[in-house]
Amino acid sequence: MAQSQATATHAADTETAWQSIATDWSADKQTFHVPWGKAMMWIFLLSDTFIFSCFLTGYMNVRVSTAVPWPNPSEVFGLEVFGVSVPLLLIGIMTFDLITSSGTMALAVNFGYRRDRGRTAALMFMTAAFGALFVAMQAFEWTKLITAEGVRPWANPMGASQFGASFFMITGFHGLHVSAGVIYLCIVAFKVLRGDYEKRGYEIVEIAGLYWHFVDLVWVFIFAFFYLW
Amino acid sequence: MSSATGQQHPLKLYFWVWGLLFLFSGFSYATDFLPHGYFRWGLILLFMVAKAGFIIAIFMHMAWERKALIWAILGPPVVLLVLIALMVIEGDYTEFTRLNSFSAPIVPSGHAAAEEAHH
Repeated sequence: MAQSQATATHAADTETAWQSIATDWSADKQTFHVPWGKAMMWIFLLSDTFIFSCFLTGYMNVRVSTAVPWPNPSEVFGLEVFGVSVPLLLIGIMTFDLITSSGTMALAVNFGYRRDRGRTAALMFMTAAFGALFVAMQAFEWTKLITAEGVRPWANPMGASQFGASFFMITGFHGLHVSAGVIYLCIVAFKVLRGDYEKRGYEIVEIAGLYWHFVDLVWVFIFAFFYLW
Repeated sequence: MSSATGQQHPLKLYFWVWGLLFLFSGFSYATDFLPHGYFRWGLILLFMVAKAGFIIAIFMHMAWERKALIWAILGPPVVLLVLIALMVIEGDYTEFTRLNSFSAPIVPSGHAAAEEAHH
């Protein structure tokens, strides 16, 4: 494994992009010169990309096809602060919260490879805490929308009835990913702290990080297409 | 595998990208104060692509992977453009059908249309 990686890295100095693809994909040998767990996480994330894309495309389709005006997200998700209504306030805070958690995760990966167990675990727990905060804000958002605004998956008082179905499905599935990520990060951070990866190496932190960054990545698209469009 | 083979990059780079992500998130949020139209939609897409690019390239380390992995992961989602195009066409057609068949106020003159319906 280490041998093939060294060969691959050495060959990369002279070969062109196409040659490197031919080299990696031809013959009976390992194609991806990364730990198998990392390759599998990338393939899982690729499949997840397709799921979220189907949801967002479905949302686009119902929004394009409805003859009834779409509710204005800027107003629907606005909050009133000291008597002044600020558009999309909560969503903005949630966006910055997730970006912050992505940063702490990236640092955790770095300290993991430096074998600094204390800092790695601390940064991962911080990331998980930001994730939990995100889910909490989402729970608040859902509660407000359901109880105060009367939004249902089949109807709402503001406009096109497909709004509720799209909203609950897309943000619900994303929130599920964040929740699963918080649990995943806590488990890995706990095992890092216990020293489980001293022999195997700290690729697992990078793999968990890939999942977490993907959750942030999906939010970038949801924020753009659902909340801002 | 020794720790030397893992993805190791200077912390300074991460802090830079972190800052840029904050900046672009701020810009994204600011587009909400613009009127709806191609300018606003263009900016939304621009900041979205910039943020997605930084996250994938730097935070997810795609910039330092070999081409075999990059193309295997980033290539397949391109076919989604076909699905999106099909759904735009289908959605437009559905809206056209709904406006024509299910909503009376869209017909230019309500009175004339009502008379025509009697024939």
